[in-house]
Parts: sequence; structure tokens; C-alpha cells
Amino acid sequence: MTEEHVPPLPHSDPVRVAVRRRSFGLADVAVFLMTLALLAAIARVGAGTVVAFGPTHQLAAISLDAHNLPYYAGRSVLRMFVALLASFAFTFAYGYAAARSRPAERVLIPLLDILQSVPVLGFLSITVTGFIALFPGSLLGLECASIFAIFTSQAWNMAFSFYQSLRTLPADLEEASTAYRLSPWQRFRQLEVPAGMIPLVWNAMMSFGGGWFFLAASEAISVLNQSYALPGVGSYVAAAVAKQDLGALGWAVLTMAIVIVAIDQLFWRPLVAWSDRFRLDQTTGADAPHSWVYDLLRASRLPRRLRAALRPPADRVDRALERLTAVRTGAPRGRSASFETGFTVVLVVVVAALIALAVRFVLATVGFGEVWHALHLGLLTLVRVLVLLVFASLVWTPIGVAIGFHPRLAQVLQPVALFLASFPANFIFPFATLAFIRLHVPINAGSVLLMALGAQWYILFNTIAGAASIPTDLREMADDIGLRGWNRWRRLVLPGIFSAWVTGGITASGGAWNASIVSEVVSWGTTTLTASGLGAYIADATGKGDWPRITLGVGTMSLYVVGVNRLVWRRLYALAQRKYRL
Amino acid sequence: MSESLIEVHACCKSFPTAEGKGSFQALQDVSVTVGRGEVVALLGRSGSGKSTLLRIMAGLIPYTSGRVTSDGTPLTGPNADVAMVFQSFALLPWLTVIENVEIGLEARAVGRFARTRRALKAIDMVGLDGFESAYPRELSGGMKQRVGFARAMVVEPKVLFLDEPFSALDVLTAENLRGEIDELWNAGTFPAQSILLVTHNIEEAVFLADRVLVLGSNPGRIRGEVRVDLKRPHDRNDPRFKELTDYLYAVMTNPAREIAPEAPATVPATPVGPPAVPRPALARPLPPVRVGTISGLLELIEDMGPNEDAAQIAARLAVSVDDFLAILDAAVLLGFATVDAGKVALSSAGLAFATAPIQESKNVFRTQVLANVPIVATIARTLAEKENKSMRADFFLDLLEEHYSDSEAREQFETAVEWGRFSELFEYDASEERVWLSEAPVSPA
Repeated sequence: MTEEHVPPLPHSDPVRVAVRRRSFGLADVAVFLMTLALLAAIARVGAGTVVAFGPTHQLAAISLDAHNLPYYAGRSVLRMFVALLASFAFTFAYGYAAARSRPAERVLIPLLDILQSVPVLGFLSITVTGFIALFPGSLLGLECASIFAIFTSQAWNMAFSFYQSLRTLPADLEEASTAYRLSPWQRFRQLEVPAGMIPLVWNAMMSFGGGWFFLAASEAISVLNQSYALPGVGSYVAAAVAKQDLGALGWAVLTMAIVIVAIDQLFWRPLVAWSDRFRLDQTTGADAPHSWVYDLLRASRLPRRLRAALRPPADRVDRALERLTAVRTGAPRGRSASFETGFTVVLVVVVAALIALAVRFVLATVGFGEVWHALHLGLLTLVRVLVLLVFASLVWTPIGVAIGFHPRLAQVLQPVALFLASFPANFIFPFATLAFIRLHVPINAGSVLLMALGAQWYILFNTIAGAASIPTDLREMADDIGLRGWNRWRRLVLPGIFSAWVTGGITASGGAWNASIVSEVVSWGTTTLTASGLGAYIADATGKGDWPRITLGVGTMSLYVVGVNRLVWRRLYALAQRKYRL
Repeated sequence: MSESLIEVHACCKSFPTAEGKGSFQALQDVSVTVGRGEVVALLGRSGSGKSTLLRIMAGLIPYTSGRVTSDGTPLTGPNADVAMVFQSFALLPWLTVIENVEIGLEARAVGRFARTRRALKAIDMVGLDGFESAYPRELSGGMKQRVGFARAMVVEPKVLFLDEPFSALDVLTAENLRGEIDELWNAGTFPAQSILLVTHNIEEAVFLADRVLVLGSNPGRIRGEVRVDLKRPHDRNDPRFKELTDYLYAVMTNPAREIAPEAPATVPATPVGPPAVPRPALARPLPPVRVGTISGLLELIEDMGPNEDAAQIAARLAVSVDDFLAILDAAVLLGFATVDAGKVALSSAGLAFATAPIQESKNVFRTQVLANVPIVATIARTLAEKENKSMRADFFLDLLEEHYSDSEAREQFETAVEWGRFSELFEYDASEERVWLSEAPVSPA
């Protein structure tokens, strides 16, 4: 039987059929063209990043002509991917160090915990000034600042995920790699990275989605009484807001939607499909992730040729690294108790000194009254975050559960929820602002809605996942014994989705705190609405370049976030793990 | 027994397939009656729709056509006359033992005091006193299923439904719990009027049930009924007990045989029944069994001597009946063994395969697989005709998907690959999802 005799298969998708009919030709051409297009795009877009710029020559203004949007989008996408690359590099280094060295772990993990809780946007002012000083006379400084903002929204999550994978490596695999005397490099390449790959890719995908928000917020900013705008979709939106151009805003939203879907299809889906081979449980599930791009790449001969050509140099690098990290012989060294104590003392002293310095700086410049003021504002923002969580839960939990209980519906709508979660809410802010102005909605209440635009989807998304994970036999049991109405919710549904809801709540509240910095102050043209809250306080201080207030604002917000995490979320999470684990 | 509690009349059930391109017939024209005061077992291999039938009677899933009544009233929605014990226990992990037991009473709006009193009594009945405030994850599998029984019995249902309740437990625990349930039933104080048991364990069916209904596959249907004419409790040492299990083994290993309710002691040698309907070559499913397992079975048969009882062999292998029948099916399909009247005999090829050294036995296996397994032969032929001697797995999966659902097609393909690899006909690269012909392996570079 040859391929020509195959009867037409009605349910196969066109790509697969094309791939099969002309075994290689089409797939190869497609892959070749895609590669060329990608290279050309990178060259065209990348050239703009090293343009000279200084106080003397202003940046070219952002043009609102929709024809420029593909180029702007290209610049933004490039920024996102550079940040992603940096996040991966950071993840491997940081996660590895934290997991492999006890003393490093004791510094790095709490630090990661704090970095995760700190409002990234509050630091923009610091980083922008720093990077501009680093690359005087080039746009690269601003680019770096924007990329850094995106990086900070992705890297901590990813590093934590990799660290956790390293700490939970299957013991037998770890023993085997020790017994067969794998060098650290071999271990890293053959065991540690593959074992952490699936959670890492998922985490990177989710963080990447969140990164759009920070991209949009960091491309056009006012810092220290000066406005900067990098060519990109985010600054295009900012320019459209300043000019009150609704049409341009519409184009920007459309562009963003296309970009998100395209990157999902062309990058993340194939990556997820590829990473499925690193599953540790050794079962090949029928529901393995699929991607048409990945199928195309596999059907084509080009990637295989390329891999074969690259193999010899790669092998050489591999061998060199293996030799560099050769296994040390002799018994593993233990650290003495006195070293441990000394380390702890140094740690405590350093942390105490840092806190004392910050407190002294704030007190010496703004005084106690200002601290109380910031704490009070923080309380207002906290109330907003809580109101948001309660309302988002009340609205989305029933909907999420209804979707999650219908597998087919969930299959269709879960990607939609994921898309909505990664769509940068700040693209929608101008529309909402306009509505607030027209309908006379007070911004003190309206900002809750703005914060919810981005944060609520995490609740929906996780509720769907939680409901879908309630085993069928438990639901059948509930039917069988006649659990209905409120009793069914109280006994089965709410406890069943609790873990997932907590995960969603943590993410949503983190997102909401960050969003407060851009949603408590919004403008449309020359009208600016300012709510009273810690986010507005930080935004105001950042714009004016008021260092003591920036420090105080960011510090206070970090305090609130860390405090709420420790006092509420951490306990709920522990409760979910202890009692409500399915 | 004259009065019937649950009646199923000419019931059919079909599911739409995953791609929505047709439907799968799970049950065809099934009629069942569960009478007052009897224990009925539904016995069938996996895929015979026995769990589907149970769930239809419990009102958990709707049926496509036919009529189902419970205690005289037509069934719409969950059946209030039954309580179910699940194979997987189905305990809520966030509730304690007593809360789990009370939940059915709570759903029926029983007051708090009565609820606690009745729950404690049920917990006492299944021997779990002292564990009232434990959470399910603190309990062993056997204790979890005791909670499952207590939860079902506390509501005093008319019929207790048991959905393979012992199959997730280890052998000794299962035996112990089965014995206790039987004692409770025989004592006459059982908190239900009838029991309906779903199982694939022949011994269990004969031990617990008064009547055994045998289900057939593709589509699921009732093949017939065997009456267990033993005094309760059913004594395993009674010769009639062995006759009954042997008879059930004989009918289970031969899907074409007609079933006689009186289960005659001497099983007729030539199977009677309609000749098998010819099916397209690829539509005959391969049992998902590894080569090593088949070879293990053949060696055991060789050891035990010719014409051994299937029941005896299954007991020696200590695997579930389902697994055993799948292995036996594979051996028969490959022409290594024959089954007649519940007795298994090796063919000459089977003997050669079981006794020859490894390389020779591969040759025997290759001959048999090419002659008897169309999908493996198709793969080998297709690869041989290809210029580069390789093919993407999708191609064969698509061929199989004309006869099977997605997951079944994958299982069929994996079995074919396993058998083809062993006979050195072709190789499979799972990461590339590509099949290569063995003689001239083309490296993926």
C-alpha cells in the first residue's frame, strides 16, 4: 500500500493531509518560508533599537497612523522575547544555585518571596534612571528599562518553579545519576532541566501573558518629570489616549489580540507539545497536547538536517563543559555547625541594617506623618483589592463551575479565559476611563473595576480548572444520594474548587496590587482622574521623581502585600493542602 | 422474589463519539429485573457496558430508548430507591468518616440527632467504631470501602448497588470484606431488600449472588443468566461451586456460546451458537497485551500439562479475570493456543514459541503475527513499499480511526508496535512518532 492509495479521510485537518500527500515538499517549503520571514522581521525591527537618543535630540513621536502598528507590534514582541530569554537564563542560574547550595537557599528563597510580592511598576522610576545612565546617548537604555520591567514580572515565578522541580526530583533518578557518576553539567542537561521542563514552560507561558501588562505600562512613562516613549504598541495606546483618538485605540486592541493569538499558536503551543516528552510518569496519555506548528516542524526535513549539522559543534561544547565540571572524588563535604551559625548572624545583621537604613531615610526626609498617610492610603487600596476579590468570586465562581463541569465546554472556553488573562487590561483602561467621565462614575469606585479588568480572569480560569478536576465518581455519588442545591455547593463544589480558587486568588490579588499603580490614576486627553490610594501615591511620586516618597510608597505596598500573603493567603493555601486536597 | 423492584425493559444506550462523527452503541436491547430479596450479579468483561447499565438503573445517566422503572414508577433523574457503593470509594476527602456517612441522610433532610444516631449504628455495623472522626486519607483502602458501605447502608435503600466494590482492594482485604458483607446479608438484618453487584470476578459473582447475568460486548447486551443453586452461604468447597465457576469461565472465554441457566456440569465440547460475523481485517481488535506476558502464559500452560481448565490457569496466574482473558485472547489470536469448552491447549506454534531460545522464538512469533494480525502485516508491507522505509505514525492511526475511537486507535497502534518491535519487523521512534522498517534502518539524521 502506498500513500496514493489512501482513501480521503474526512476528519483529518488540512495540514496533516498536506503533509502526508507530498511527504516532504510542502512542509519543508512552509518551514523554510516561516524561518525566512522570522529572520527578516527580526532584522527590520531590531535595527531600530540602537538609535541614538539624548537630551538634545528628542525621540521621533509615536505616529497614530494604523499602518505603523505592525512595526510597533514587532518592536514590542521583540522586547517580550528578549525579556523571556533573560528570564530563562536567570531562572536556570538562580533556581540551580538555590536548590544546590544550602546557604544560598536561605538567602535566595526568602528574597524571591519578597521580589514576587513587590509591586514591579513601583520600581520603574529607579530602573529607568539607572539604565539611562548605563547607556548614555543610546535608546538601548530605555529599551533595557522596559525589558527589565517585563523581566521582573516573569523571572521570579519561573525561578521558583524551577527551584521546586529541582527540590522534588525523583529520588531514584537522583541516586542513579550519582551512582553513574554524571558530572554536574550532565546532571543538569540530562536530569535537572528535563525534569523541570513542563512546569517551567507552563509557568513561562502564564508569566509571558502577564508580561504584556508591564510592557504596555513601561513603554511610555513619565519619570522624574520627563516623558519617555519607546516605539511600541504600549506607547501607541498612550499617544492615542493623549490625542483622544478612539479609532487608533481600536486598532491597537485588534493588533494586540492578533499578536497574542499568533504567539500562542506559533510559539507556546509548539513548545508545550514539545515539552510533553519530559513527563516523569512515563505514561503516554491520549490527551497529550497537540500543535499544528509542531506537527509541521516534525514533518519537515529541514529541522532534522539542521540538528544533524549542529550536532558536532554542540558535542564539542558538551564535552568541554563535562570536563570543566568533572565529578569531585571523595566524600561529600558537610558544613560545620559554627559556619551555619555564623552565616545566620551575618544574614540577620545585613537585613537589619538594610531595614534601618530605609527607615532612617524615610523618617529623615518625610517624617512620621507621611508614613501614617501612606499606611492609610494602603488600607484604601487593600479594601479595593478585597472588594474586587469578593465580587470577582461571586460573579465568576458559578460560571467557572458550570463551565468546568462540562468537559467539552471547558475545552473550548479555557483557552478563551487564558487569552483574556493575558490580554493587557491597560489597553481597555482608556475605554473605561471615557465611560467613567461620561457617566460620572467616581474613580474611587471605578478603579476597582479597572483593577478587575485584568485580575478577575485568574479567578475564572482557576475555577474552571478546579471544577474540572473534581472526580466524576464524587459527582455521581452526590447525584446518587441526592445532594442538591446549597447542600451540594457546601459539601461538594466549594470544597472541591477551594485549592484552585486560592491559587487564582493569590494571582489575582498580586495582579490587582500591581494594577493599582496604573488604575488609580487614569487620564483621557487632558482630563485626569485620581483616586485616593497607595497606587496613585506611588504613581504621583514616580512622576515627580520624589525619591523618599517613592521609597516609602513601594515599601508600604510591599509590606501590605507580604503581610496579606503571610496572614491570609499562606494560611488558606496550607488549609487547602491539608484538608481540601482531592 | 416474585415481586420486582427494578425493571429494565428493552433498554438501549448510545454515546456520541469524541469527534461527533457518529455514535457508539454501549447497550443494545437490554432487559433486566431485580426482585425483592435477591442478590443479582452483572458479570462481564470490560467494555460490556455493565457499569453503564448500573448507572442507568441508578438514574445517573439517561438511556436512549426503552423503559426503566423502580418500585413501579418510571425513572427520571437519580433513583431514590438505591444507594451505590463505588469502586473508587468516592469519599469526600474534606469530611470525616461520620460526616461522610451522614451526608446521604443530610440530603434527605433527616434531623441532626437522628442523623448522628443512625450514622453511628451504620459505622458500628461495618466495624469502624473508633474511626468516626478520622479523615479518609488516614484510612487504608479496606477501611475506606467500609465507609462507602456505611454511607450506602445508612439510608436503608431498597436496593444496594455495588459497582465492583472490592476490585480496588488487595486480595486478602477484599476477601475479608466480601465475607463480612455476605454474613450481614445471610443474617437477615441487612439494611437493604436487594443487592445488585457489578463485577468481572467470576468467583465473587458465584459467592455472593443468587443469579448471575452474563453480559456480552460490542454492543453490550445480556447473553444469558446462570442461577446459583447453592444454599446460602455459598460454600466454596461444594463441588457445585466449582462447576458453576468452570461453567462461567467456559462461557466467558467463548463469546459465541449460548448460556444455559441451569449451568450443566458437563460442558458440551463443540460450541453452539451463531458463526462469527466477518469483519474488516483492521476492525478485529488486538488485546492490549505485551509479548512477554503471552509467553509467560504459554510457558505456564506447558508446565501445567495439556487441556488444563482456564479457571485453574487463571488461579495460578493470580491476575484479574479481565487481564487473564485478554492474555488468553491474544494467545488464541496469534494461533498459539486453542480454547475449547473452558479447556486450553497449546498449538505446535505455541509450543515452539514457549520453549525455543529467544532468537528462534522471535522467528516463530514473526510468522504467526504476519499470518494472523492484519494491522502488523499492513504496517510492515507499507514500510517495505516506501522509498525511505519509514512512515509517520499518524498514517496508521488514521487507518485505525476508521474503526476505533481516538484512544482505542492509539491503544491498538501501541500494541501493534509492541508486537512488531518484538518480531523485529519494524522500529518505532516515539519522539518523532515515526515507524521504520527494520532491515534497512534509516537514521533520523
